[in-house]
Amino acid sequence: MSPSEAKEAPKYTKKDFESDQDVRWCPGCGDYAILSAVQKTMPDLGIPKEDIVFISGIGCSSRFPYYMNTYGFHTIHGRAPAIATGLRVARPELKIFVVTGDGDGLSIGGNHMLHVLRRNVNLTILLFNNRIYGLTKGQYSPTSELGKVTKSTPVGSVDRPVNPLSFALGCGATFVARTVDRNIPHMDEMLKRAAAHKGTGFIEILQNCNVYNDLAWNVIYDRESKVQHELRLEHGKPLLFGPPDDRRALIMQGVTPKVVRAKDVPESALWVHDETNVNAAKLIADLFAPDFPIPVGVLAAVDAPVYEDLILQQEQKAISERGPGDIAKLLTSGDTWKIS
Amino acid sequence: MAQIATPATGAVKSRKALDRAVIRFAGDSGDGMQLTGEQFTTESAWAGNDLATLPNFPAEIRAPAGTLFGVSSFQLQFGSQRVYTPGDRLDCLVAMNPAALKVHLRDLKTGGLLIVNTQAFDKRNLDKAGYAANPLDDPTLAERYRLHKVDMTGLTLEAIKDLPLNTKEKDRTKNFFALGLVSWIYTRPLEPTLDWIQKRFAKNKDIAEANTRVLKAGHAYGETAEIFSEHYAIEAAEMAPGLYRAMTGNRALAWGLLAAAQRSKLPIVYGAYPITPASDILHELALHKRFRVRTIQAEDEIAAVTAAIGASFGGAIGVTASSGPGIALKGEGIGLAVTAELPLVVLNIQRAGPSTGMPTKTEQADLMQALYGRNSEAPVVVLAPATPGDCFYIAYEAVRLAAKYMLPVIVLSDGFLANGSEPWLIPDAMTLPPIEIQFRTEREGFFPYLRDPATLARPWVRPGTPGLEHRIGGIEKQDVTGNISYDPENHDHMVRMRAEKVRRVAQEIPPTSINGPATGDLLVVGWGGTYGAITAAVEQAQTAGKSVASIHLRHLNPLPPDLGHILREYRKVLVPEINSGQLVRVLRAEYLVDAVGFNRVRGLPLASDEIYEAINQLLGSKP
Repeated sequence: MSPSEAKEAPKYTKKDFESDQDVRWCPGCGDYAILSAVQKTMPDLGIPKEDIVFISGIGCSSRFPYYMNTYGFHTIHGRAPAIATGLRVARPELKIFVVTGDGDGLSIGGNHMLHVLRRNVNLTILLFNNRIYGLTKGQYSPTSELGKVTKSTPVGSVDRPVNPLSFALGCGATFVARTVDRNIPHMDEMLKRAAAHKGTGFIEILQNCNVYNDLAWNVIYDRESKVQHELRLEHGKPLLFGPPDDRRALIMQGVTPKVVRAKDVPESALWVHDETNVNAAKLIADLFAPDFPIPVGVLAAVDAPVYEDLILQQEQKAISERGPGDIAKLLTSGDTWKIS
Repeated sequence: MAQIATPATGAVKSRKALDRAVIRFAGDSGDGMQLTGEQFTTESAWAGNDLATLPNFPAEIRAPAGTLFGVSSFQLQFGSQRVYTPGDRLDCLVAMNPAALKVHLRDLKTGGLLIVNTQAFDKRNLDKAGYAANPLDDPTLAERYRLHKVDMTGLTLEAIKDLPLNTKEKDRTKNFFALGLVSWIYTRPLEPTLDWIQKRFAKNKDIAEANTRVLKAGHAYGETAEIFSEHYAIEAAEMAPGLYRAMTGNRALAWGLLAAAQRSKLPIVYGAYPITPASDILHELALHKRFRVRTIQAEDEIAAVTAAIGASFGGAIGVTASSGPGIALKGEGIGLAVTAELPLVVLNIQRAGPSTGMPTKTEQADLMQALYGRNSEAPVVVLAPATPGDCFYIAYEAVRLAAKYMLPVIVLSDGFLANGSEPWLIPDAMTLPPIEIQFRTEREGFFPYLRDPATLARPWVRPGTPGLEHRIGGIEKQDVTGNISYDPENHDHMVRMRAEKVRRVAQEIPPTSINGPATGDLLVVGWGGTYGAITAAVEQAQTAGKSVASIHLRHLNPLPPDLGHILREYRKVLVPEINSGQLVRVLRAEYLVDAVGFNRVRGLPLASDEIYEAINQLLGSKP
């Protein structure tokens, strides 16, 4: 039951989705680009503005709902997926976006992230990954690299990082994608794909915190490095990357991904990307520079039952079989006795 | 024990009238004592008695057989007068094994009826219960109590020896022998249990036949065996006319929510994580999808409360439930509902703590947690049911107040109310006060924190309403506009506003009903599941000519507006609680009265005789 089927949306522009609040992120923050991309994409979804809800937890990313001229709820740290689940169960006709970060979504809210993904609640999750706690002024996050030197880890962090894509796929996510805050057209495309997905659409957005972790993703920002490492995933296309004069191919050797020169392998040996193959997606999710390319795009998109649809089906079945509940009848059902 | 030797034949036995009796079935967890007790309860309800029950079982699902901690029991008091509690001292104890005897004998009155299953008193079971010698061989037992040694296991197996069941299946029916025997002793009708057997075992004729035969065998044994000199009749109680049903507190809470769903015409989204003793509410609600109650078995307590808050944001009734440890986890979420000013109902089925504590045992020690257990100042409405049946009205009222005032309401039930049952006069659902929900749709002049002048509630807007798109959140906001605000004066104003909103709920509280004289020597103030014990003790004191009254608070925040005045009409104030003094502290702080507590924290309900004693002590008189 998509809201767009219920009623027709007016022709919106980006401006219709800008709220009257001053945006309070640090100048130069990657969040500005994401906000702009989201506001720009909204008119294309064809959903009436009043049917859209942005829900967030706590952190820099979680200020997001205040800047969207839709319904919004800025909640508590890590809990946005649970709040969104409750809202979706109450109001399955709404289009819900959850905005979260690497700390909010994978540390304090990791449990909720696991369960919203496995339940396949119909909503879109934007996880801004800047590999740092920004709002609390620069502690390492669950996606920070091992050995990260921060205020809380002056001689280097001792935690191994979690990979959001692998985590999501491991939880049974039905739609997993990655995009980059400095690639607005690609962000637009991923947002539309995720928003159209039936079930939980999970997007990791590599995002820059220019104050506490500047250029953490330089490996994909730097023009030369990007050419070398970015692997654009496209359904049905082979996994090729690298400069035009030195194309590389990702192939499978046994059950292990391997990078080879494209011209050294026959076309039949190329690994053709298939979004419906979750096992392949799990292998791709773990790859990263320098030894491997950085996958960007839709890793997996599969169909699965949607949590709230099943809840409502059970409710409808109960009502159609036995009629709506009647408390007066219930109170007098079963063993009763009369005293006169 | 002279009375035992009376009639020579089983023909006619004397029937003695009693006005009440307290009996307890005790045995191993696997002996079916809860079922036995429940069936006896149903029989007594049929007989027209008023009653109150106290199930008591180990936390372990399958505790090792024969051990002291594996003992499960079910107590009830039934009578021809009003029955307020499951009773303090036992008139009759049925002990199915040595461990049950060891654990429960101390509660049996001297001269009380003691029925034991002799075959269970073998070496193995005696060892497990820590008996060096068989207590049944000790002559003092028969001197102190009216001891009846019955080979229930042997008689059971004999009654069904020809049925094609294995020994284990046959053995498991012996609880119905005990039920049949005690039913005869107290002149209970067997029909409800016979009906139950037919329904329960409709698909297994042999089991149905076995249970039927064993039940009748137990009954006949009482009738014909020469050891039972008399039996008892307890006349029907004088109760308000009407249709009754047995009601437990947890089911009543669930049904109260269903009634609220129907009357408000809104779906209820119930977020819960399994926890003893609250899970039965989730189980019950999950059966009633036709009422548009959508249950979410959440991944944790935090998700349970926040899913409920998300649902309330969407215009449904968000409800969550737990017990103390889970409520602690929900604290931050409840604070969000306070500041977001959204309706939320939180049911706390209190149990003994701290930490895991004693999950199956009752306590009233979460009052301070409900009142203050959140960061900063996060006031909420707090209600407490007095009896199992009262849980229905309290759950309904919680929804009504939460929606009307746009705030969280915490309901403090407890393990005793949750599992205890009472005969409950079925109300006319249409006489419940209406729950009128008005979602704001008017664009003109809309702000998210506009306030209703009477309730101070902000408008409830369903997402999906065109033109009213707005953002709310946990950050402090400017009153009226709802915009983020760090302004010092605004914060001070909002702290007071949230408190005042809760205080306004006092206008909903009816005048406090006083049990006893409007002025006098002593007022006993209670709340929650101690209602029965306090009422029984106070009525006993009144009968003894004491100038004593009691009131029972169902509203704990805000307190009833007439409470301060009432407290000053008595020379002394006594506050019995199953905690170390929580309400008493509130009353002293709020009203500057020299109230004193009576506090026992054993995981058990308070006994009316100990409250009676405390009353006399405070009055400086001998009972």
